[in-house]
Amino acid sequence: MAKIRKFDTKVQHLKYKVLREVARYAWQGTLAENLLNIPEIIVPGKQPTMRCCVYKERAVVAERIKLAMGGDKFNPNVIEVIDIACDECPMGGYEVSAACRGCLAHRCEDVCKRGAITFDEHQKAHIDKSKCIECGQCAKVCPYSAITNNKRPCESACKVKAITMGETKEAKIDNDKCISCGACVYQCPWGAINDKSFILDVIDLIRHSDDNKKYKVYAIVAPSISSQFTYAKMPQVTSGIKELGFYTVIEAALGADMVALSEARELVEKGFLTSSCCPAFVTYVRNQFPDLAPHISHNLSPMAALAKYIKSTDPDSKVVFIGPCTAKKMEFQQDEPSRYVDSVITFEELQALFDSKDLDITTLPGTDLDNASYYGRIFARVGGLSDAVVQSLKEQGIDNFDLKAVPCDGIEACRVALLKASKRVLDGNFIEGMACTGGCIGGAGCLTHGEKNKADVDRYGREAMEKTIKDATDVLTMFD
Amino acid sequence: MKVTVCIGSSCHLKGSRQVVEALQRLIAENKLEEKVNLGGTFCMQNCQAGVSVCVDDVVHSVSPETVDEFFRREILAKA
Repeated sequence: MAKIRKFDTKVQHLKYKVLREVARYAWQGTLAENLLNIPEIIVPGKQPTMRCCVYKERAVVAERIKLAMGGDKFNPNVIEVIDIACDECPMGGYEVSAACRGCLAHRCEDVCKRGAITFDEHQKAHIDKSKCIECGQCAKVCPYSAITNNKRPCESACKVKAITMGETKEAKIDNDKCISCGACVYQCPWGAINDKSFILDVIDLIRHSDDNKKYKVYAIVAPSISSQFTYAKMPQVTSGIKELGFYTVIEAALGADMVALSEARELVEKGFLTSSCCPAFVTYVRNQFPDLAPHISHNLSPMAALAKYIKSTDPDSKVVFIGPCTAKKMEFQQDEPSRYVDSVITFEELQALFDSKDLDITTLPGTDLDNASYYGRIFARVGGLSDAVVQSLKEQGIDNFDLKAVPCDGIEACRVALLKASKRVLDGNFIEGMACTGGCIGGAGCLTHGEKNKADVDRYGREAMEKTIKDATDVLTMFD
Repeated sequence: MKVTVCIGSSCHLKGSRQVVEALQRLIAENKLEEKVNLGGTFCMQNCQAGVSVCVDDVVHSVSPETVDEFFRREILAKA
């Protein structure tokens, strides 16, 4: 039996268990008969461990099963709220608690630039909500930590302000603002916001391929995988993916090398560009900075570029992307990528698929995975794409272009750079937009997030046999 | 004549790039561009014996060292 894997949170573990059980029956082709048994498998006995009672727990599991099976077909977004799982957290913002002792110093008053702090007859602080801008300075300076932020974690996580409260206080997602980055999915302490899963589509693709004889199912894996599944060796993870029934595994980083090659040329031609690798960033630019949309690189994302190439060598093939990203689940449904990418799953879902087949990847012999260069691989962390474009200019002998890259770490940094660019005061000519903090390694579909992840990606990059973008992509262009 | 070189991970590590470069050069030197259709694929399920090169549905094991001889025997002689 497979060991219990490490996740960052118990919410992820619960989500994983549901995905695992749904997948287990799906492989056997008996999901319909067994669907109603899953809540009791996940929540056995009579003692609740998560909610008020086991019946509520099972009701939430039932909602999770729907998401594991693809979610609400009428909602175009891949991020959904499970209404009954939403705890309707307090939403007052910064508030003074009973810990306020009515001290003499009144640091809170001094630091508040808006004059929002007042005092009652006992010298206890109060916040005037009509003046407060929720900057949090008062909370930082209070010696008793008496000022707390009662903002909902989902709202705090959503830097694009797509989350509001419904009439019955449950979280609501504004699909016109949401970029599907999954920050709220990862941050909600109740697991009440989830990404829809396409694992059933992937299982169907594999099952109907007749052992890859009818058509071949290719897996493309994102380079951020190097910071994941650290309990096993990378070649064992590759073997595990093949054991699931994929024909072969290819690095999405090779698509990143292809992108680096053409993005450098496009940049020189146009003079100013934003990257197009991160689908959440691209959606954000289109939604919030439509005037800058023409400057988004016309390159396909590494995922779609590589899938396009695979389909050129094998037109009947099916291509599944495995990565850290919930926004990729939106991207692959868009017009052009949908022609090349058949489905998308996350690392969380990959772990569930391994365990749905009781596959202990630590016992498998390894399979090589080496298609890309160092530069393609480091796309997984912020700054990597910019480094790759610098290298690509050099390799192509373009020395008359003064590249000033602006790598943006997280969607807030993207916003600042885009705002400056829209006002023509940006000190730079290439915006590398990464919606997640740290880049793809910070994606909501990762099993774990940690300080070491960037170093893991860089080490993995250095292990690539090909050291230059040209060497990695030459083999593809030679067939043109 | 269809010649397909495997560029999957195992074959890549065993030198498929060098094999493709050599085949391309040899095809040009022997003016076979019209007759030989050179292409790539990711994996021929022959990973242990790479670099795998498929000539008209028959898979051969080639290395950067043996590619010249392979070209003469399997491509030049039959094209």
